[in-house]
Amino acid sequence: MKPFTYERPATTAEAIEAAAQPGARLVAGGTNLLDLMKLGIEAPGHVIDINRIGLDRIEATPDGGLRIGAIVRNADLAADTRVRRLYPVLTRALVSGASGQLRNKATTAGNLMQRTRCPYFYNTDMACNKRKPGSGCSAIGGLTHNLAVLGASDACIATHPSDMCVALRVLDAVVEVEGARGAKRAIPIADFHRLPGDSPHIETALQPGELITGVVLPPPPGGTQLYRKVRDRASYAFANVSLALVVRVEQGDVVVERLALGGLALRPWRIEAAERGPRNAAEIADIVLAGAKPTADNAYKLPLARRMLAAALEQVK
Amino acid sequence: MADTNGSVVEPVRVGFTLNGGVLSLELDPRVTLASALREHLGLTGTKIGCDQGQCGACTVLVNGRRINSCLTLAVMHEGDAITTIEGLGTPEALHPIQQAFIEHDGFQCGYCTPGQILSSLAVLEEIRAGIPSHVTGSLEGAIPLSDEEIRERMSGNLCRCAAYPNIIAAIRDFAGDQP
Repeated sequence: MKPFTYERPATTAEAIEAAAQPGARLVAGGTNLLDLMKLGIEAPGHVIDINRIGLDRIEATPDGGLRIGAIVRNADLAADTRVRRLYPVLTRALVSGASGQLRNKATTAGNLMQRTRCPYFYNTDMACNKRKPGSGCSAIGGLTHNLAVLGASDACIATHPSDMCVALRVLDAVVEVEGARGAKRAIPIADFHRLPGDSPHIETALQPGELITGVVLPPPPGGTQLYRKVRDRASYAFANVSLALVVRVEQGDVVVERLALGGLALRPWRIEAAERGPRNAAEIADIVLAGAKPTADNAYKLPLARRMLAAALEQVK
Repeated sequence: MADTNGSVVEPVRVGFTLNGGVLSLELDPRVTLASALREHLGLTGTKIGCDQGQCGACTVLVNGRRINSCLTLAVMHEGDAITTIEGLGTPEALHPIQQAFIEHDGFQCGYCTPGQILSSLAVLEEIRAGIPSHVTGSLEGAIPLSDEEIRERMSGNLCRCAAYPNIIAAIRDFAGDQP
């Protein structure tokens, strides 16, 4: 690991000021950053430990939603009684990811900011436009079993690994950030993660020097919430395909109110045009999966996504 | 302080409670908690398997919660209370969970065992506290202490000898003896 200097600020303002210096990285859970630092993929010159700046509470908002502090641990968020009752899709998504040990450490903001698990991003002997802009993409034409079928580009075919973010997408969460001199802004989750385009190294809408302070959940949507995940083994693996759903049953018919898919693209995949219509699972899947460009290795994801949706809708009837 | 590449590193002071004893260290900030325990404090019960958070051999309890000690910097634990396998029992006076692992043959080579044991204790606490898992049915109410729940919750601890059935038997036996 490359040497770095280390500090433990006591306030958000101090952390933001420290983060303004070039080569600085914020660390809270560390479950992804430290892994990447050991491999030399991340090599910060200065590490800012934000575990003591607060932002560790889940609070009710006046309109009936919740504000989740940036460093609320994934385990605590999943277990919160309000989240379990009002946003079960979020609890289900969180407990389907990682291991008990990792969820105890990993944070809400860290989950949003986690990097792809594309094997070519992790292998520093291979070309990767995310890791080294302009170096090329060794994944294209390589082993693509768990890489993107939607929203990819000629520069990058990585997927976003998060389960939490797929649930946040159907909950219309808003990411709250703070920059220099207290400048605050709110980024809808739909705009937070970028598709790769020709600059896959720019992964989020976060600007340099900005710190995520929290995630706001609007009041819970009505209906039934579901999360489904299929992976290469029964536990502790990233999704091949995951599915977050909000549905309503009307006179025996299931209406899909909101739908997002994980494991298919570099961000949770949601196509609003497919929602709220009198459509069956196949018709919804046609719209959501339109334009998919699978490889021989990952073509299985498309029928898998279709079947997961059909099975989930059948189950809630 | 210079590292093996000759780079000058500014040491950082950190104090925490380890197995009930208070201590203070000056460390290169790059040292993980797992390495601090093993290389700086001589407590080699905590094992490093994959060194990337995938195997669970390095599991320790921090403020009562299980974490992978390989994926956290020692200097991030100022003021924390850390429990390692050395804090549970001794060869002369084993902790009941250690005794259960022996009685049920919950290991072969033993390398993953300290992590398995610390994770087991945390799993039982998590179930008791009603924290849901991926296999939990209802998100409200008590969680049954089933093999399915134990298996899912222990999935972050790999055992290449595949002692899994006996590990589950040991955990169930120990849990059954709990008040």
